Amino acid sequence: MKKFEHKDLLGMSQLSVADIELILDTAESLKEISSRDIKKVPTLRGKSIVNFFYEPSTRTRTSFEMAAKRLSADTVSLSASTSSMVKGETLIDTARNLQAMNPDIIIIRHSASGAPHLLAQHVEASIINAGDGINEHPTQALLDLFTIREKRGRIEGLKIAIIGDISHSRVARSNIIGFNKMGAEVTVSGPPTMMPVGIEELGVEVVNNPAEAVKGKDVVMMLRIQLERQSQVLFPGLREYATYFGLTEDLLKTAKKDALVMHPGPINRGVEIASSVADGPRSVILDQVANGVAVRMAVLYLLIGGTKA
Amino acid sequence: MKIWIKSGTVVDPVKGTSKKSDVIIERGKVAEILPPGVFKGERGKFREIDASGKLIVPGLVDMHTHLREPGYEYKETVATGGMAGVAGGFTALACMPNTMPPNDCRSVTEFILEQAKRADRCRIYPVAAITVGQKGERLTEFGDLKEAGAVALSDDGWPVTSSELMRRALEYAHYHGMAIISHSEDRSLSEGGAMHEGSVSTRIGLPGIPAASEEIMVYRDICLARLTGCPVHIAHVSTAGSVELIRRAKEEGFSVTAETAPHYFSMDHRAVVGYDTRTKVNPPLRTPEDVEAIKAGLAEGVIDAIATDHAPHSSLEKDLEFERAAFGMIGLETALPLTLELVRGKTLSLPDAIKKLTWNPVSILGVPGGSLTIGSVADLAIIDPECEYVLREEDIQSKSKNSPFIGKTLKGRNDLTIVGGRIVWERKT
Repeated sequence: MKKFEHKDLLGMSQLSVADIELILDTAESLKEISSRDIKKVPTLRGKSIVNFFYEPSTRTRTSFEMAAKRLSADTVSLSASTSSMVKGETLIDTARNLQAMNPDIIIIRHSASGAPHLLAQHVEASIINAGDGINEHPTQALLDLFTIREKRGRIEGLKIAIIGDISHSRVARSNIIGFNKMGAEVTVSGPPTMMPVGIEELGVEVVNNPAEAVKGKDVVMMLRIQLERQSQVLFPGLREYATYFGLTEDLLKTAKKDALVMHPGPINRGVEIASSVADGPRSVILDQVANGVAVRMAVLYLLIGGTKA
Repeated sequence: MKIWIKSGTVVDPVKGTSKKSDVIIERGKVAEILPPGVFKGERGKFREIDASGKLIVPGLVDMHTHLREPGYEYKETVATGGMAGVAGGFTALACMPNTMPPNDCRSVTEFILEQAKRADRCRIYPVAAITVGQKGERLTEFGDLKEAGAVALSDDGWPVTSSELMRRALEYAHYHGMAIISHSEDRSLSEGGAMHEGSVSTRIGLPGIPAASEEIMVYRDICLARLTGCPVHIAHVSTAGSVELIRRAKEEGFSVTAETAPHYFSMDHRAVVGYDTRTKVNPPLRTPEDVEAIKAGLAEGVIDAIATDHAPHSSLEKDLEFERAAFGMIGLETALPLTLELVRGKTLSLPDAIKKLTWNPVSILGVPGGSLTIGSVADLAIIDPECEYVLREEDIQSKSKNSPFIGKTLKGRNDLTIVGGRIVWERKT
């Protein structure tokens, strides 16, 4: 059997094609567990997992917790407001204290890019990056890959558009890296104020006008527009954003007939995505969420399950 | 005691020569520089130093150091910074005013000089703040500060945002014969940034600081120098665009001078991959193209001086998430080997390289020293240019160890430092 040779999951950039395929295949075999009457297997019994969220999250945090519980691991959840961070403890000190309690995995979400990498240098537990600043969100990219593969049977050769605030999106970064590794063609689009310098060097095509970016695509992935960024002079307002960069039914018609519509959530209805599109037949937004549990089960299992002596 | 340095290569940055010589030091001054074998001193009357294979250079002068005292003594003090300086071959340090409280009045300037006297290691030249509290609102008392011993003015760490205020500062400083050292940064563009904005920041997901945030202010300062006819000195130049702006300003005859720091010609933004906070510095490490432009600027004389921007920080500021960590790296003990790398790479001749660490900064600041001639004050360093070593944390004299060069192999090391005819540093072999 193939092995997963990493201590941590810090980003898509560290994974090989074989690693990604292993995770997706494992997720496929674990997905069925979530549809059983008794949604639990004993695989990770006796393992402890810390869910350490410095930033608010509904989906990712719940998804990880569900995944851990379905594998019978014990989970503890910490958030910024309930942790010692509010008392001024540094990340490294918090990590050392958590390590002293000997958990097997620490799942971390943090507003600073590279925070999971810092943590990984200071603890023995496996670290899973659940989103760091504007850097990466690898399990999101993995569940997106899983969903596309499930719906289309392949990833290689597909044409994918990612539209929105590319600059501040860890989802975009992880997905660009993942899609590229798996042989898809990626186009990014959005206002030029939200397009990072040198993004082409990551192997994507940049098309500012979403109308052109969507044309003929197999997958259209919309990114959440962070409402607080309005104050940062990146765009004039939500109405203007929706008009020029939102995914409407008309715009979607220019994509391939069977194009998938994806969104990492939470969605802003009527801003980056019209309600009718989000709820429409092409939308796989809720499939993404469902698959997130399977993919995270796979990651937890591969990191600490199996043959760890 | 008299000192007899034998058979070293004396580098004269002013004449642009390097010649094998003996150097005799008496009563704190350079008494003789003469060909080896000529001088016959009486045994036992001299401390004899064999400098064969070594370079004898005027004591290096760092026009841009942070000594952190008063206020941040846990990072560095005048004494520990002075020690780091003499270990690195420096005999004089100009220390920036962003202390706590900032050096914006006579009492702080006098306190720093008092601490320097107590430490009794190297010469300390306080640089005072341009504005009260470095707040960018009103001018400090330039005249009083000068009388107290401040040699130049800067709000380093912070730009003087108001162009009107900067204009008046240039005019008023010129009247008092004090240099204005500009920290050129448009904060509205750089705010929130953690590294150079470019392909690497995009790849590793860190907020960027565009080159334009430096260049806009460099150009503003050049415009003000043209408007007022008063000199301005641009600190820590890091971008190709800044080099080009300064080149043109010099061609047009404006009195603009500039410095860069060794890290800007030794490292580029790729060093930040991995989120090592020791690579976090402001201005940030730029692109390989910028590095080449900085070297060209040094070679062509567009950039006059090499200054360390020695910025000590403790683990409290550095063992953090990259975005939360403080900007700055120490540099006093690595400036010399990194500059000698420019000589080995044929960017600069040896005398030119030493000139950028001695005569040029001294000329900009208007302080004595910077040359090595008969009769001059005996501030000098004896350097082993061929010594190759791995920089180890435990060898660093500075109180702080935030250097990205730790663990790297460096070539060229200061062996012995003399200030005013007295040996203040000698490397244990």
